Amino acid sequence: MVFESLADKLQQTFKKLRGRGKLSESDVTEALKEVRMALLEADVNFKVVKDLVAKIKERAIGQEVLESLTPAQHVIKIVNEELTNLMGGTQSRIAIASRPPTVIMLVGLQGAGKTTTAGKLAHLLKRQGKRPLMVAADIYRPAAIKQLEVLGEKLEIPVFTMGQENPVNIAKKAVDQALMMARDIVIIDTAGRLHINEELMNELKSIKQTVKPHEILLVVDAMTGQDAVNVAETFNKDLGLDGVILTKLDGDARGGAALSIKAVTGQPIKFAGMGEKLDALEPFHPDRMASRILGMGDVLSLIEKA
Amino acid sequence: MGFFDKLKAGLEKTRKSFTEKIEQLVIGYATIDDEFLDDLEAVLLSADVGVSTTAKLMTEIRSGIKSKEINYPEDLKPFLQAKISVMLLREPQVEQDIHEPPVVMLIVGVNGVGKTTTIGKLASYYHEAGKKVLIAAGDTFRAAAIDQLEIWGQRTNTEVIKHAEGSDPAAVAFDAVQAAKARRADIVIIDTAGRLHTKSNLMEELKKINRVIAKEIPDAPHETLLVLDATTGQNAINQAKLFGDAVKLSGVVLTKLDGTAKGGVVIAIKNELNLPVKWVGVGEGVNDLRPFDPAEFAAALFADK
Ligand SMILES: Nc1nc2c(ncn2[C@@H]2O[C@H](COP(=O)(O)OP(=O)(O)OP(=O)(O)O)[C@@H](O)[C@H]2O)c(=O)[nH]1
Ligand SMILES: Nc1nc2c(ncn2[C@@H]2O[C@H](COP(=O)(O)OP(=O)(O)OP(=O)(O)O)[C@@H](O)[C@H]2O)c(=O)[nH]1
Ligand SMILES: [Mg+2]
Ligand SMILES: [Mg+2]
Repeated sequence: MVFESLADKLQQTFKKLRGRGKLSESDVTEALKEVRMALLEADVNFKVVKDLVAKIKERAIGQEVLESLTPAQHVIKIVNEELTNLMGGTQSRIAIASRPPTVIMLVGLQGAGKTTTAGKLAHLLKRQGKRPLMVAADIYRPAAIKQLEVLGEKLEIPVFTMGQENPVNIAKKAVDQALMMARDIVIIDTAGRLHINEELMNELKSIKQTVKPHEILLVVDAMTGQDAVNVAETFNKDLGLDGVILTKLDGDARGGAALSIKAVTGQPIKFAGMGEKLDALEPFHPDRMASRILGMGDVLSLIEKA
Repeated sequence: MGFFDKLKAGLEKTRKSFTEKIEQLVIGYATIDDEFLDDLEAVLLSADVGVSTTAKLMTEIRSGIKSKEINYPEDLKPFLQAKISVMLLREPQVEQDIHEPPVVMLIVGVNGVGKTTTIGKLASYYHEAGKKVLIAAGDTFRAAAIDQLEIWGQRTNTEVIKHAEGSDPAAVAFDAVQAAKARRADIVIIDTAGRLHTKSNLMEELKKINRVIAKEIPDAPHETLLVLDATTGQNAINQAKLFGDAVKLSGVVLTKLDGTAKGGVVIAIKNELNLPVKWVGVGEGVNDLRPFDPAEFAAALFADK
């Protein structure tokens, strides 16, 4: 794979330059070709790659190479810093409302992992001493309500359902119910939908207007390719996202989508889904994600010590 | 403009401009320049075709220009479309339907790609072709997966073979094949739980399902379809490789092509692994399944949505 060898390739590229003090434009250009390839293979959006590479180039040219690093390591250092910066600091927090209940709405494409994540998030918050209520507002997918009910049973967390009733009504009634039952968190599971489906996007807008969620979180599959930017951009434009949850990071996807989504929405990635089990939700670490995208954790830890 | 704004504006522009730009260049430029080729490369990359397959296609273009097959910008799109169609065309297959019924189909793939939904659509398709179909709830793991398949069974008037949640999926597969024989079904389609290709214990489970089926009918499963989500990027290549290592895949179902993702990674998969796409999913309804058409697919790569 291209990725495993990015560090090697950069070493190769710079072999000829050993001992030089400053990085010249042509050195950097050569090296950045490899970086570009690696980022594209990791599914970072090609436009994001283009801008990022330009930025790195600007920063790298003419820089004095540190004593302790090879020129290749030096470029990797800059690349890594830019990726980490672009991805933002850690922010695995849910904004808790001063007046309960805190309403959280999960949205996203079909099959991204919303329903499972609703269960995971409820579980996490319950362990922090909260009293969540899950809401089955997906009236379209076969057995979606049942799916959430099964999770609720396993977790011993109540699930609010109203059958195939209008999702806007369901959401509204659920919040009323939470007030009555003294549940301080409401997690609304919505149906998967395409960002280009206007009717269904309008449904989400109506839910938002009606229950005014404190957190609208976009659930995104870490395996997503170039289209991640279009999806994230549209959901953000229509709903105003408060954050992102990246799922299925327990696989071997490089997860370049994370970078693209962050770049177009500016919203933090708050959690990472690390499995199908209900305790497999972790805080998201931008720095780890950067090295995952670059595919070279070892090289990076070496550089960090330098 | 800040970095993000610039980026957003850029994305907007790229998305809108592709066909536009190609048309403009066709009109505005007499010759093919580097900028034009860069844009073409960007179309391919943005469709998830991937770095190495894109590089291969760009090389074909450069040699097409040299050999005068391409003379003007307007020659480029049809040239590339044709090349991609050829790449995607399936090798002529050994005559199908030579097996005694029941034909056994196994549906595999990572989590949430659309396996269960595709089974519903396939059941309906074969039903309409006059076949007797059975479907089997081989996902005994995910919450309400069995209920989901049962609803598809009701929708399509298809009998569902099932066990309790948490039971052994290989046993479900065994029963399904038995039932298909006993009921003289033409086709039995077996669902499996979503699993990441990197989880070796789950891939072992898949092998076991496969073995159990083959023990009942020696050349079965006759079709093992890998379901891929069109939104998936380069990871789909690893998925195809590792599922292919575990079980013998006969083809790909590319789902969710009704979105804006182009599913270009299947070009790389065909190119590198010679695994053909057989079906595409274009929606959540029972009729939203189409046989794969390489030419149409290649044309769609260059279309704006
Ligand atoms: N490996 C892995 N699988 C996950 C993860 N999160 C969800 N899944 C699986 O992904 C599949 C889809 O998850 P769902 O929660 O049903 O997805 P959804 O977004 O609610 O789907 P729709 O409601 O149909 O749009 C299921 O098989 C889940 O078990 C994760 O972090 N890792
Ligand atoms: N837009 C669109 N949605 C689809 C298509 N195929 C499936 N879906 C949706 O994708 C989601 C996941 O589909 P499933 O059939 O449950 O996927 P799966 O692979 O069986 O999922 P797991 O069993 O959890 O691994 C559901 O919301 C489906 O309605 C398609 O072609 N287009
Ligand atoms: Mg769901
Ligand atoms: Mg399924």
